[in-house]
Parts: sequence; C-alpha cells; structure tokens
Amino acid sequence: MIGLYLEEIEVGRVVQLGSVHFTREAVISFAKKYDPQPFHLDDAAAARGPFGKLTASGWHTAAKWMQCYVATNQAAENETRSLGREPALLGPSPGFTNLRWIKPVCPGDTITYRSTVTGKRDLNSRPEWGLVFALNEGFNQWGELVFSFESKVLTARRPVHRPQLSS
Amino acid sequence: MATSCISGSLLKYMLYYEDFHEGLVIPFGTYYLSREEVMEFARAFEPQPMHLDETAAKSSVLGGLAASGWHSSAILIRLSVEAYANKSAAMASNSMEDVKWLKPVYAGETLTGRATVLSRRVSSKRPEMGILKIRFELLDQAGGVKVDMTGVQFMGVRNP
Repeated sequence: MIGLYLEEIEVGRVVQLGSVHFTREAVISFAKKYDPQPFHLDDAAAARGPFGKLTASGWHTAAKWMQCYVATNQAAENETRSLGREPALLGPSPGFTNLRWIKPVCPGDTITYRSTVTGKRDLNSRPEWGLVFALNEGFNQWGELVFSFESKVLTARRPVHRPQLSS
Repeated sequence: MATSCISGSLLKYMLYYEDFHEGLVIPFGTYYLSREEVMEFARAFEPQPMHLDETAAKSSVLGGLAASGWHSSAILIRLSVEAYANKSAAMASNSMEDVKWLKPVYAGETLTGRATVLSRRVSSKRPEMGILKIRFELLDQAGGVKVDMTGVQFMGVRNP
C-alpha cells in the first residue's frame, strides 16, 4: 500500500486516493462496453428503470477507485525513489469481498475515494509477504457514502528480513 | 441440487423473477480479449506494467500480458448482461459478496461463462421486486474458472 512495506503500514491509517468527476460521456462509454443495460445508456430508458435516471455502472465506479489507487501508489513510489529508497511494489490481489453500491452515481457526480487499513498479518507459507486488509470507500460531493468494498492485498516485507537469495 | 439450463427458445421471451428458479444455470456467449483491449483498459484504469507491457508482464507473477482483475470482472458482467439481464426485468444490483480472481485472463484468450441462481426470494418491502443471489463464473475455453463472483441481482416479478 502506497509504497510501504508490511512493517511500515499502520492499522487504522487512512489514505486519500483522490476524486473523479463522472461525465456523461464516460458513463455511457464504459457502460456500452462492459454493462450495456438500458438504464446506464439512455435517459428515456433510465427514467423507467430502477433509479429513475441515468446512472453509472457500479463496475465503472469500482474501476475508477482502482485508477485512483494505482495513481496514488505510483506517486508514492516515485517519491520514495526520489528519497533514495526502493518502494514496496503493489502486488496482485486475489479479489475482494463485501462490495456494496449504496447510492447511485450519476453523470455530474464527483466521487472522492479513500482506503483505510483495517488489519495486517504475516503469511507463514510465504515469508517475504504479508497480507494487508483494507476498507475502500467512495463518497459523493455531498459526503454520502456511495461505494465500498473490503480488500486484501499481498504486501512485501522489508527486504532486510528476506532470506538471502543465492545467484 | 438439480440444475437445468435455460433453453434458447425461452430466451426469446422476457424473463422475470418467476423464471429464475434455484439451481438454474444460464450459459453465456463468448468474448475475445485482444491485446489492444487489455492495454486500453489498463491505460484508463490500472496502468501497471504487467497490464501494459508484454516484457514486463512476462517477468511478473502473471507470466504474460493479462487483464486486470477489475477488467476480468467487467468482461464477466458484459457477458451476463447479454446472456440474461437485457432479456429480463433486471433491476440492477446493490452488492457483490465475494469476488475471486482465480486465474489470469490473458490477451488473446476467448472467454465464456455462466450464471447460476443460488437462491431467491421476493422483497418483503417491495413485492414487485425479487432478489436473486447469483454466482457468476468467467471460464476459459477448457472450462477452467478464471473469475468466480457471487452477488445480488434484483429482478422484476411478473405477477407480484
């Protein structure tokens, strides 16, 4: 998480990930490709649909969280390198749980994303790595929670603890 | 648990909650994932080297240019919308309880999938709305499971 090694990550830490403005064009473009249900594409159909208006696909809301997370991480990695340190690189994620779309996201909304570390643990099977658990959220311009999910990400331990590699 | 597949002829008609009985398996069509699409999605949403650059991807844990997990899930949703949501009284979803990215989805692969109705009930507050619990699986051509996710699908009731 944000270039930090497992040992450096504090449980309870909140990382702000930035904001995204959802334009009508972007909402429709994403939905056309990945979630082409009428209430994500067309105003008239959306008026008759479950939200009464055009909304972004929940998967678009989620993908934008990821964009902000990666951008925040990369900025942190660059900063760490500029200080002469090697950052802990972002590992792949096996998935997530408890994804909730609490309120619709509409064209014109600005969603602000954040990530809160909720726990961490070592992995006995993989001594170079641990797991970091986080609660990830998105809030709209009125401060309402619109989106959340829980993640666990493989996170590297500080290199000095790693076993020496033989070449 | 007895399962049945939804037949092609039934799909010509609008589906409602009553048609989605427990154990129903809905097969999906196919989706070809090109290199260009992997990189386009990655550029927009997850610009990490393993999703953008073949050399970097080969030496990463993924072993080759692969879609991001979120991209894989988006492809799975696209397949599900074409297979049943756009042929039914689907009323969106408010949650996915569990999303597992089990195997990388590589550029050049042709994918398919299926949805299985795990359980269902009619909303107590809104009798015109059913609540389906559906398991979505993204599969490779050999039937290997790439993505396994379970979540809610709200579905209109034909006769509330």
